[in-house]
Amino acid sequence: MGLDVKWIELPAVQRRFLFYSAAATLVFMLLLLRLWYLQVIHYEELQERSVRNRTRVLSLEAPRGPIYDRHGTLLVDNRPSFQISVMRQEVENRSLLFQNLSDLLEIETQELENRWKAGQGFPIYRPVPLATDVSWDAMEKVQEHGVDLPGILTEVRPIRDYLDQGSTAHLIGYLGEITEDELARKNFAQYRAGDFIGKTALERNYEDYLRGHKGKRLVEVDVQGKLLRQLQVESSRPGNKIFLTLDRELQQVTDEAFGDQSGAAVAMNVHTGEILAIASRPTFNPALFAKGIGSKEWRELAHDKRHPLQNKVIAGQYPPGSTFKMVVALAALRDGIATQKRIIDCKGDFEVGGSRYRCWKKDGHGPTDLKKALRESCDVWFYQVGLELGIDKLSQAAKEFGLGAIVGYPLPGERAGVIPSQEWKRKNYNKPWYAGETVIASIGQGFVLATPMQLAVMTAALANNGKVLKPQVIQKIEDWDGNVLLESEPEVVRQIDYDPKAWKAVRDGLIAVVNEPRGTGHAARLDHITVAGKTGTSQVVRRKSDEEEEEEKAGEVPYRFRPHALFVAYAPAENPEIAVAVVVEHGQSGGRAAGPVAKKIIERYMELKTP
Amino acid sequence: MFDRRLVVNFDWVLLLTVLFLAGVGIVNLYSATASWHSATPIYMKQVLWLAGGVMIALTICLFDYRHLEHFAVHSYIVSAGLLVFVLTLGKTTMGATRWIDLGFFNLQPSEVIKIAIILLFSRIFSQTASFLGYGFLELWKPFLWLLFPVVLILKQPDLGTATMVVFIALTMLLFAGLKRGTMVLLCFIGLLTAVAGWFGLHDYQRARIRTFLNPEADPLGSGYHIIQSKIAVGSGGFWGTGFLHGTQSQLSFLPERHTDFAFSVFAEEWGFSGCFVLLFVYLFLIVWGLYVARRAADRFGMFLAIGVTAMIFWHIVVNLGMVIGLLPVVGVPLPLFSYGGTSMVTTMIGVGLLMNVSMRRFMF
Repeated sequence: MGLDVKWIELPAVQRRFLFYSAAATLVFMLLLLRLWYLQVIHYEELQERSVRNRTRVLSLEAPRGPIYDRHGTLLVDNRPSFQISVMRQEVENRSLLFQNLSDLLEIETQELENRWKAGQGFPIYRPVPLATDVSWDAMEKVQEHGVDLPGILTEVRPIRDYLDQGSTAHLIGYLGEITEDELARKNFAQYRAGDFIGKTALERNYEDYLRGHKGKRLVEVDVQGKLLRQLQVESSRPGNKIFLTLDRELQQVTDEAFGDQSGAAVAMNVHTGEILAIASRPTFNPALFAKGIGSKEWRELAHDKRHPLQNKVIAGQYPPGSTFKMVVALAALRDGIATQKRIIDCKGDFEVGGSRYRCWKKDGHGPTDLKKALRESCDVWFYQVGLELGIDKLSQAAKEFGLGAIVGYPLPGERAGVIPSQEWKRKNYNKPWYAGETVIASIGQGFVLATPMQLAVMTAALANNGKVLKPQVIQKIEDWDGNVLLESEPEVVRQIDYDPKAWKAVRDGLIAVVNEPRGTGHAARLDHITVAGKTGTSQVVRRKSDEEEEEEKAGEVPYRFRPHALFVAYAPAENPEIAVAVVVEHGQSGGRAAGPVAKKIIERYMELKTP
Repeated sequence: MFDRRLVVNFDWVLLLTVLFLAGVGIVNLYSATASWHSATPIYMKQVLWLAGGVMIALTICLFDYRHLEHFAVHSYIVSAGLLVFVLTLGKTTMGATRWIDLGFFNLQPSEVIKIAIILLFSRIFSQTASFLGYGFLELWKPFLWLLFPVVLILKQPDLGTATMVVFIALTMLLFAGLKRGTMVLLCFIGLLTAVAGWFGLHDYQRARIRTFLNPEADPLGSGYHIIQSKIAVGSGGFWGTGFLHGTQSQLSFLPERHTDFAFSVFAEEWGFSGCFVLLFVYLFLIVWGLYVARRAADRFGMFLAIGVTAMIFWHIVVNLGMVIGLLPVVGVPLPLFSYGGTSMVTTMIGVGLLMNVSMRRFMF
């Protein structure tokens, strides 16, 4: 610190300043020498390269992974499509260009302007798409008239191809263009504006597996934008293959069986929980979304009163009606309220707390035991038994079967349904529970709601001695080298405990429903195998009084007030393999409308099994 | 505080040189980002950064730089602390954790440590340098002072900045004087470190060096920057393609052209003749910095000037070397030229210190 004159005036030290200055000058001269080397000596070569060297790194789209059914039948694939794009910096007279293009492609110039604007965010060297999935003719015309269309180029892009035209639209989902918000998110770092990503269901949840790895092309183009040569290619890697648990044959049969009706159906393997068929009707064609859906078409779908966009199998909450009776029966047996032999006399109505509740059979079933009660779906038997059991015990038994909560369908959108209890009523309505409500809950009406998926799981649990299974939709995921990336295993959510005699009693009842003369489900009967099942007819509105019913009988009940038709089944009864749940919206009779659908599915299933 | 002598001896040459370089830089940025669209153009932001930087530099001139000698150790501890802080709580982008997010701007501790090291080493050397030169064993203290932050910076990882800090320190050390034997020993150790360092480098850093040696091997990936930069520079020829006419820049083939490769844009548009003038002015700045050091009133001021000059010198050399293909790409900005508030502020702090030393050369 302070003045140290002696040290700094040492010639040795003074020399250092000179030395450093000289060294710095030397280094700078080396830099200048190198600059001379590049800018003078190699000028021609580098200059030429820069003029010719409008290199572009073009992204090569990767085909999205295909989706197969369990046997390897292709359900969703990609096909090539032509896209007309524009290199913005090569456009000098935009209005003239669009005019020419509009004439050739028969697209409004306004539409072209909109597409141009939409591509503002792209980097300058990336072409902006003006028309997607154009026909071969259109593409040829554009190529022919290349001279009049400076800056326009044709690109070949893979586009999603849904081979089943919407049969599995709710399971598989659809694609859409990535939004700005999504681009900002971390997990979408690899994506660019204009990319199509999965928006719903499988396409969305398994986006990472399905998305391939984009390749790159380093190309050289001259001043006019013509491709001179390709310098390097890193080929794209297609997305992985997904094999669903679905069986396309069964899915097709389900489609045919439904026809024009609305509703939902699901078929499940009783031991593994694998979903063999899943249909929600009406459906829509995901191909509409594949190249960017128009807002008019979207609005139509969204406002359609039959809700084609909703996956009714997992999100449709219906009163299960009489299909619920199997749970009531089991709970009663376990609790000792009823035995197989308990006889209750059904006279057609039942009185509780001053209200009258009727059996669907006006004059009653007479003396009825458990088997008869299930077979002929006697309401009064269940009113009685349910009332004695009490709503809380009933609720608990139902929840064991997976009702009232989501069962774990692996894709989003599942609803939980409702299983009421005293606590539930207090929490949600701040009111006490009334005995009459137990009565109607015992026949699966009132507050009780379930999704077809839950009903299938419930039926499977009955068939497999109490294993509540998690539904599986993916069998395995493979890459193109044959490596298995993911393989599903059956997952038992819960093991329900009932006496084997109880299981047998209820199962016998369900066998009777289909196979014995007075069974309500004889529409589902098959010759070669024993189908066991239960019908259900769930009221959409409260039961009307006698007078109102007479009035309505005169004219037809309007569609939206007609009850839903339900049917659950499993087969073969002796050694169950498949469980089915069907809901036909406003089908009126569980046996007549839903039964045949279930029958056709089971029939086909058995046919496919025999080689 | 406002002694008349300060105003008389104010270093206009230094200020004008710096403003000239920064001005050319801003004009260059205008061209480099001409095809960009944003609310506030890049070059405008740089003008603001420059204005802010000049304010900072002038503020630094207001007090006697000797006060800094007291605070050298404090500033070092704070900076080192910030380096530790950034490793644990810093923002991570693209695999590197270099910044602390303070809301309205990002603080980069590795920049702060550059200044802190200069202050600290100026203090150490000015107090203990002798005409005999340092022996090897006497260097253990400065070595440790240096090692700690360098290791932390390497952990971020930021090889470029770590290298800068080491070079600045070595330059100052060399000036302070070493015994001959020590110098040989240090060279030897340097070689060993380079070899050992090769094995310690991250894969991507090794890849960078390989790419530097043969960029054509991977023209799509890592070689892209180097190849494009050479083409841009070379196609400038002797007279340049003209302002706003550099095809490599205007058509976006040259990446990072507002930051690391800003000089490539300049070289393409102004050619060899333009580069000659620019390099001449940069060299002038360096030599002037050494001149300030020589005229300094005390040793502490002298070492401050040496340190700051070294900092500017090495940034210029490494950035230019990278741009023209003499050095691997390590992400070091060109002072006053590359866009970036951090670089501008650090440089202007240095310039402020330099001006401070310069205008007080007759004070005592």
